[in-house]
Parts: sequence; structure tokens; C-alpha cells
Amino acid sequence: MVLSSDDLSAVWLTLQLASLTTVVLLVLATPMAWWLARTTSPWRTPINAIVALPLVLPPTVLGFYLLVALGPNGPGGQLTQWLGWGSLPFTFGGLLLGSLIYSLPFAVQPLQYAFENMGTRPMEVAATLRARPIDAFFSVALPLARPGFVTAAILTFAHTVGEFGVVMMLGGNIPGQTRVVSTQIYGHVEAMEYAQAHWLAGGMLVFSFVVLLAAGRLQRRNMRIGL
Amino acid sequence: MNDIQIRLGLARQDFALDVNLTLPAQGITVLYGASGSGKTTVLRCVAGLEKAPSARVQIGDSVWQDHASGVFLPPWRRPLGYVFQESSLFDHLNVHDNLRFGVRRDSKGLNPASLDEAIALLGLGDLLQRRTHQLSGGERQRVAIARALALQPRLLLLDEPLASLDHARRQDILPWLERLRDEIKIPMLYVTHAADEVARLAHMLVVMENGKATAAGPVAEVLAGIDSPVILGDDVGALLEGTVQERDLRWHLAKVDFLGGALWLRDSGVPVGQKVRLRVLARDVSLASAEPSHTSIQNILPCVVDSIVPDHHPSQVLVRLHCGESIFLARITARAADTLALAPGQTVWAQVKSVALVA
Repeated sequence: MVLSSDDLSAVWLTLQLASLTTVVLLVLATPMAWWLARTTSPWRTPINAIVALPLVLPPTVLGFYLLVALGPNGPGGQLTQWLGWGSLPFTFGGLLLGSLIYSLPFAVQPLQYAFENMGTRPMEVAATLRARPIDAFFSVALPLARPGFVTAAILTFAHTVGEFGVVMMLGGNIPGQTRVVSTQIYGHVEAMEYAQAHWLAGGMLVFSFVVLLAAGRLQRRNMRIGL
Repeated sequence: MNDIQIRLGLARQDFALDVNLTLPAQGITVLYGASGSGKTTVLRCVAGLEKAPSARVQIGDSVWQDHASGVFLPPWRRPLGYVFQESSLFDHLNVHDNLRFGVRRDSKGLNPASLDEAIALLGLGDLLQRRTHQLSGGERQRVAIARALALQPRLLLLDEPLASLDHARRQDILPWLERLRDEIKIPMLYVTHAADEVARLAHMLVVMENGKATAAGPVAEVLAGIDSPVILGDDVGALLEGTVQERDLRWHLAKVDFLGGALWLRDSGVPVGQKVRLRVLARDVSLASAEPSHTSIQNILPCVVDSIVPDHHPSQVLVRLHCGESIFLARITARAADTLALAPGQTVWAQVKSVALVA
């Protein structure tokens, strides 16, 4: 076996983190994206900017603020302690929270674009066919936005897998708890273990390529069957 | 009381809508006007897709909207059908699931055969398993019409259903609409800016201009009004309903009887006994004070002058004529009117140079 048990546990943790982040974010991002696509509120522009912030902010900056906020003396930390969740930094929970914020734009923006692109017409058509708004949302808007969901899921998953700066700041690189593939590679390189670093890095490269290939194929098929 | 009452008041920055219409609860009422005249807004307000601040919409005895008593039914609670201008089919569903979309949500009180009837009426039996992108533009609109019809609405709203189609497709689908008009009892509000659709389909005509209804009534009456003549297509003219009475196979002519007389026109193969619509443009009618003889004109009708008004150009006047119970318009020069000493009540002979069969 070319991968050590430490490597495998990092891979497993990465997959858990990315999957959980993707599922939670899609659930949270859908109503956000819908609101952003439809609203005429003056809050739309500032909230759009806040959602996009992780795109431009250095991950270390994001990680730093999260560390401070979630620390025992930060407002977030006091809240989590009051809720009985303990202190989140250096735990998987903290890592998940960081990933949710870090990958937020990758979930929201494709969905927002899909909803905007759809226009108001499908919902109006559904309304003239006796569908209440909530019914129309689930039976018309969500299925029509399917390509947006595929893109959002792939981007969120892949982006979370590639996360490094936030993990380093917030996670602390604890084996089995917060050590993911990207930090494991970093550790190998620090320790001059280039062979192990190659196996993990090469694996990431292949994985990323396959994901993008699959995404492209899925999108093409969606277009062909008119979705 | 079975009428449809639509009263709408709406003011926006660059547009104001102010209409008050009472329409019969049967047949096709066409809202006709240029783009920006507000006809689509009327339809959207009737459907509840837009909320006019001051409005009353009543269909028979059920009130859909009344600002005075605060009634506003949302669109999904109004028993209407709506056909949008461009294809409005749901691309994630096949034809059959598109057709079932509304019926599934409103099955109570619905005749279970209504979906099958709509499918048969619009000839969709062979298309049910198709994906929407495998349909032509005309087929898509037929599916959209059937989907609305299957709900057995109290009112069917059609917003330029043919506007997204090319000429050939329009000709494909117009007969389906005529069939609809003749076979179902559901009143329709039909928005268009196309003259041929008015001439072929309308029972009632509402002319819209700048958010106001400038003329409303039975289509023949509205088109025969000369106080503010309605230009349909390229000219003003009368619309007559008649029946094919005989066909002269030797000369390839057909005779159409209408209330007040008969006209000969080119035989286009319409069988005897069929109801048809004829359009006689004002520019194709000339007048004579004595019965003309030795003329090539085949249609000469005795008429009584009803009124004379100036036309757009000062050299011309429009003359409104009674021919029995029907009305014709004639455009002649002001000098000719003077020479013939035309006056209301006078008997004249109208020479009709050309008659068009519209449906």
C-alpha cells in the first residue's frame, strides 16, 4: 500500500468534510439564491457582496477571523459554549463551519444564476395552472434549475476538497480530526517525504480532472434533453 | 347576469391603464392595439399576475377582484386558463405531464374527460410522449392551449398566442383556434396586434390605445364606425358575415349572401352552406347616384347613406352606408361627394371592386 494509514484517514476526513459541506450548503444556499434572484430590496447588493466575499478574501484572513470569533472569548465561541457545543476551533465542527462560509459563493452563485436565467415566467405559468407558489417552487423552479444544482454541488465539493488556508488557521492539522488531504500533503513536503506527497497530490489532480470531466458531460446531457 | 366585467385602473411612471369593459360570457373578444397600448397588462391584471390598485373583475356572479371590498384572488385560485405569447411549456416534463400539470392540482369538480377532450380537440394524441424540445412552435402552442383548456376554465386568456410563430405556422394553427371558437362554450379574451386574427376570430372587438379602450363592441360594428375609424391591417373597411349560397363553376365565382344582399367573389373552393367572413375595404367601394350599367364591376349594391366624415387627407371623405342590416364604408374624394350632393338618407349604389374572404 502506497498510502499510509494517516494518508487514508486524511482522505476519508476530506471526503466527509466535502460531502457534508455540499449537502448543508445546497440546503442553505437554495433559499438564499432564490431570494437574491427575485428580490428588489436595497439589501440585495450588500448581501450579494457579502456572499461573494470568500471569493476574494485570502483564506487565511477568513480563517483568522473565524478563529478569533469562535475562540473561547469570541462572540461565536461564547454562543457555542452557551449552547453546550463547546469550543469549535480545532474540531471537525469548526472545520465544517469554516468550509460552509468559505464555499458559500460556489453554492449560491450558480443557483442564483439559474433562478435569474429562468425568469419569472415559469412561476407565472404554474400559478395559472392552479399551483400555489410553494408547490410551483418545488415542482417547477427546482427541476428547471437542475443544471445550476449540478454545477453548485460540483464546485462546492471540489472547492472544499481544495481548502487549505482556513483549515490551517482554524483546524490546526490534528490527525484524524482536522487533518485533510491538502494539509497532509503540506506535512509530507515539510518532512521532505516527496514520494507520499506525490501520491496524494497526483490523486488530487486525477480526482479534480475526473470531477470536471463528469460535470461537463452531465451539463451537456442536460442540455440535450432540454433541461 | 352572465357578463364579464373588467374595470382596471393602474398608474405607473410612464403608463396609465384605465379600462371599463363589459363583455359577453361567450365567444372571442379580441383586444387589439399596438404594442405598449396596454392590452397584455389588461390580461395580466385579469389573471391576477399583476395587481391593479383599483380594479373589479367579475365573471358571471363570482368576483375575482374588487378593491372596494378588498377581494383579491391569487392567480392559482382563479378558474382561468392562460396561454402565453411564447412557449410556456415546462421543459422538464414531457407533453403528457405538461397537459396534466394543472388538472392534477384541480381535479375536484372537473369532468374527468376534460383532458382527453382537450387532447382530441387540438389533435395532440400522437405527441403525448414527446419531450417539449421535439415539438415545433405551432405544436407547442397547441399543447399550451390544450393544457389551459383541460382545466375547463370560466375564462380563457390568450396573449398573442401566434406572435412567436412564422407565417406558415400561424396558418397551421388559426384553423385550430377557429375550431375552438366554434366548439367550446368558454369565453375567450384574445390579445393581438395582427389584423388577420381580428378579422378571422373576433366576435367582439376592443381597440386599445395608450391604456384606454377607444372602441368596443361587436366586431362588425366597431369596424364600421367612422367617428374614429379603426384601421385593421392597411386600411379601414367593413367586415361581413355571410353564407356561401352558390358556386358558379364556369366562371370560378362564388356567391355569398349576407344580411342585406349578396356579393360575388372568387371561388376558393368553400362549399355551399358554409359560413364565411368577408372584408370589404373602404378604398374598394365607389358610389354612384344612379344605378350603374355598362360596368365591369360585378357587385353593385343599393345602399342608403348614413353619414359622411372627413378622412385623413382633406381631399377624401369616408362614407358610411347601410345595405339592409349591414354596413359598408366607402372612401371617395370630397369633390365627388359634393358633385353627387351626397347627404344622409340618400339612396346610392355602391360598386364593390374587391372582396376578400377572411375565413
